[in-house]
Parts: sequence; structure tokens; C-alpha cells
Amino acid sequence: MTEKPVAEMSFEEAMAELERVVGQLERGDVALEQSIQLYERGAALKSHCEDRLKKAEEKVEAIRLAEGAPVGTTPADGL
Amino acid sequence: MSDLFEDPIPGQNAPEFTVSEISGAVKRVVEGEFSHVRVRGEVGRVSRPRSGHVYLDLKDDRCVLSAVIWKGNADRLRTPPEEGMEVIATGKLTTFGGQSKYQMVIEDIAPAGAGALMVMLEKRRAALAAEGLFDADRKRPLPYLPEVIGVVTSPSGAVIRDILHRLRDRFPRRVLIWPVAVQGERCAAEVAAGIRGFNALPKDGPIPRPDLLIVARGGGSIEDLWGFNEEIVVRAAAESRIPLISAVGHETDTTLIDHAADRRAPTPTAAAEIAVPVRMELLSWLDGQGARLGRCSSHAVIQRRQRLRDLSRALPRPETLVAQATQRLDHCGERLPAALRMATGRKRLAFQQVAAHLRPRVLSDRTDRCHQVLARAAIRLAGALDRPLQRDRLRLSRLPVSPARLTDRIQVARQRLGDCGSRLTQGLARAAREAEADIRRGKERLEKLLQRLDQATDARLTGGRERLDALERLRQTLGYKETLRRGYAVVRGDSGVVTSRAAAEQATGLEIEFHDGRLALGGKGPRKTKGKTPDQGSLF
Repeated sequence: MTEKPVAEMSFEEAMAELERVVGQLERGDVALEQSIQLYERGAALKSHCEDRLKKAEEKVEAIRLAEGAPVGTTPADGL
Repeated sequence: MSDLFEDPIPGQNAPEFTVSEISGAVKRVVEGEFSHVRVRGEVGRVSRPRSGHVYLDLKDDRCVLSAVIWKGNADRLRTPPEEGMEVIATGKLTTFGGQSKYQMVIEDIAPAGAGALMVMLEKRRAALAAEGLFDADRKRPLPYLPEVIGVVTSPSGAVIRDILHRLRDRFPRRVLIWPVAVQGERCAAEVAAGIRGFNALPKDGPIPRPDLLIVARGGGSIEDLWGFNEEIVVRAAAESRIPLISAVGHETDTTLIDHAADRRAPTPTAAAEIAVPVRMELLSWLDGQGARLGRCSSHAVIQRRQRLRDLSRALPRPETLVAQATQRLDHCGERLPAALRMATGRKRLAFQQVAAHLRPRVLSDRTDRCHQVLARAAIRLAGALDRPLQRDRLRLSRLPVSPARLTDRIQVARQRLGDCGSRLTQGLARAAREAEADIRRGKERLEKLLQRLDQATDARLTGGRERLDALERLRQTLGYKETLRRGYAVVRGDSGVVTSRAAAEQATGLEIEFHDGRLALGGKGPRKTKGKTPDQGSLF
């Protein structure tokens, strides 16, 4: 397995990888040692995904323009 | 003076105009007569110099009318004129004295009917499509979960609120709004600038660069949405490196930006739905995966533990594996010292037996024997040499026959004859003696045999008699006569023995036999049958 570090994965990559890991474990054709590794990787992927899901917070800003060029943002509340 | 020299031509008394005067006069007439006109025609050449004024020609199949749209009006136009467009221009006619031209000053210009606008739109779409701006392989996939979403739209109004609301429901995200006019003559330029501006943001700058753009506008008339059909907007959308969702107008409205966008959403709300997945669904999916993961790993361990248990059950215990061997070892270990002792004893005995014979005398005896043999052989060797020699000598001496030798031989023969005669008489006497002895022995044997014959005959007679007596006794015992002695009687009727009462009643007379005689009762006894003795069967 050429494994990409879990922390560098996008949510979608981590999802796909987690699905693959679970599928592989469920097929039950992996050696015990490997299944432990897979389990650990699956757990890491899951917590990575969970982090991404927990970080869901809304922040709405409007771009401030000066002569057509963005110079900063202004919080846009109440929308 | 000049008057005298001039010779006016008759009819030339009309007042003279300067060029400016006549131009001004024409201008007054034209502007007065055509102060407000609507002209229908096809837009010909259009030029937009830096001044901001727009110069164009309106034409039909025969004539051309120059026209100008002053800068102030040009900015306000909903549909900027384009070559080939069938329009209705509203304005006034004026002249341009400097070039002896008249022209129309257009205040407003509108496509000549929706059909014409659609034709123009189709033409533009075809041209842009031919450039490949709408090709399917230009479309980029949308990120599954964008971190920052850039929205190009009006900062006020229902559209941005709808988008934010739906995002909040599904998956709250960081949203950057690029405020633009969504209709009017500034619309296209601002929307294009917004798309390009988001793309131009540095990756790690103070303003985060979005991973997804939404260009949105609410529903409206085709003229309201026209800005999103502008080439500048379509090109900006096609060139955007950030994946872009267009959500302009209602579901039935299609603008050219929709073709250039990576995804078209029918409404702004739908754009938000396309933009992000539902967080709760993902969380529950993740929980499910976690549960499956846990189940798998515990299952793997349980399964293997079970297998281990099964296998270990099948595995024989180590004690039983070695028990037999141990037993054999013990057994052999016990026998070993004794066996050793016995083996050494046997060997010692064998050794002693061998050693007992191994004395010096054995050797000397053998050598002695060998010496003797050798000596005897030496003697015989000497004899063997002499004897044939002597024999030959003797035969040599015997060759001539002498009388002395003959008499010697007769003497010898006579002596042998005498010997034979005496031996013959001795033999006769001995034979006579032996014959007598034989006769005597035969007589003795004969007497013995006769004696045994007598004894045997006597014994046989006595045996026969005794047997006869015994048989007689038996016969008497078995016969009915003896039974009569014990109180029984035999009754006889007319025709033999009567064994039943009925037979007795019928009989004319009965005779009773007791052991000591017979007694007749009535009539005449059945004498005839007396000869037949009843057998013992009648007794029972």
C-alpha cells in the first residue's frame, strides 16, 4: 500500500479510503497483523473525517472593493 | 464700385447664405421635424472610441443612417447594440455640419422583439460554442466538500439569503460574497470582474481563495438576465480555474453562462445543494463506518480466537506425545545395568573358557604332537623306501622254482586239509546237539499250549452256565407269574384275557389264574386259549 498520510487527505479522499479499508476488513481475507494496521488506519481516517465535519462553522463575509480590486472583507451578518 | 461691375443674373435675387448659415438652417429644420423618432433597422458597424460615446450605423437594404449614443446614455442601455442586431432606436435626428452629415442621436435602443433577441443569442451561443468554450471536457469536477465558497451576486436580496440558508442546513461553510450589480449595463462587467477577481486571489493571501464559485441571480425577464449572456461574462466563466456553478434565473431560463459553467443549477438554492453534502448524513455515514470497523476488528479477533481454540483442542497434549517414549526409556533404563552386568558376565565367562585353554602346555602339546607326527612320517618314509625294494628282491629270489618250496607248499596244504576235517567233525557234533535241544524245547511248548486249551474250555463253559442262570432269573422276574405272587390275578373269558368290565359281563364264563393255580367261575372256562400266555401288557 502506498499510503498518503491521513492528515494530508481531503475529506473526500479520506472518505473513499475509509470505505476501502472497511470493505477490505469486512471481506476478512487479510492477515491478523494487517487487519490491526487497517483498523488503526481506519480509526485515523474516521477521526480525520470527524474533525472535518466538526469544523463546520458558518462565516459569511463580503469582499470590499476599491476601484474594482478586493482590499479586504467585511463580515456580512444578518443574511 | 463693385456693384457697377457686377451684372446680376435675373432670378438671382435670393438671399445668400453662408455655409454655416445654411447648415444651421438645415439643422433647425431636421431637428425641428425629427425631434423624436423611432427608427427600426439593423445595426451595422459599431465603434466604441475611448470617449465612451458609441458610433454605429443603422441600415436597411438600401440606406444607411449614422447614429451616435452619447456616453451617458450608452452606460444606461439594457441591451448594448451589436452588429447584425435588429433594433428599434429611439432618439432624434440632428446634423453634423462639420461633415455635411446628418445622424441620429439615440437615447434608447431595444432589440426589435424577443424573437430577434433570441436569434441573436443563438448566434452568439453558436459562435462561442465553435470556439470550444462550452465543451464537456472543459468542465472541472466540483470539490466534494469545499472549504470556502465564493458567491458572485448582489449582496442584498433573496438570492444570497437562499444560498446561505441552504448551506446552513446542509453544511455551514465560509462564504465570500463578491458584490455585483445583477442587472443593468454594469452587470456583465462586474460579474466578469468578480469571477476573475476570485480567481486572481493568492492562495494564502489575507482573503482566502475559494474552492468553489457560485454565480447567482434571481429570476427575471430576458432583458434582466441579459448581462449573463454577455461574452465577457461567458469568457470569464469558461476561463475560471475555480470550479463554477451558475444559478441564474429560474429553472426555465437559460443564459450563456450556464453553458460555460462547470455545473448549472436551476435555482440559487439548488446551487447550495450542489455545492455541499449534508453534514448530518456524513456524520451518520461516518458512525456507520466506525461501527463496521469496530465490528470487523472484533470479529477478526473472535474468529481467530475460536479457530485457535479449535486447533488447540485438536492438538495432542505434550505429555501424551512423550509418555510412551518416557515409559520405554524408563523400562530400558531399568534393564540397562542388569543387561550390562549380564553381558560383561557372559563375555567374562567366554573369555575365561578361552583363557583356560590358553596355557603354554596347549602350545607345547600341539608342538609335541606335531613332532610325533613328523617323526612317524619320517620313519614311514624310511620304511616306504625300503619295502618296495625288499619285495622286489624277494620276487627276484622266488623266480626259479625249487622242490623244497613245493614240499613246503604240500605240507601247508595237507595241514590245512587236516584242519578242515577236524573242524567238520566238530561242526557235526555241534549240529546234533543243537537239534536235540530244539526238539526238547518244542515238546515243552506243546504241553504248555494243551494246558491252556483245557483251562480256556472250562472257563467258557462255566461262563455260559452262569449267564444262562441269570437270564432265567430275569425271565422269571419279567414274566407275569411272579406278579401273580404279589396278589394280582389274570381273568380269562371265552376268547382270552378279559381286561374290562364290559367284556367280563358278556363272557359266558370266567377263569381266574392265581400264582398257585386257576379257579373257574360259572360256565366253561376258556380252555382253548389257555395255550396263549398273555404278555405283561395285560397288566397295565
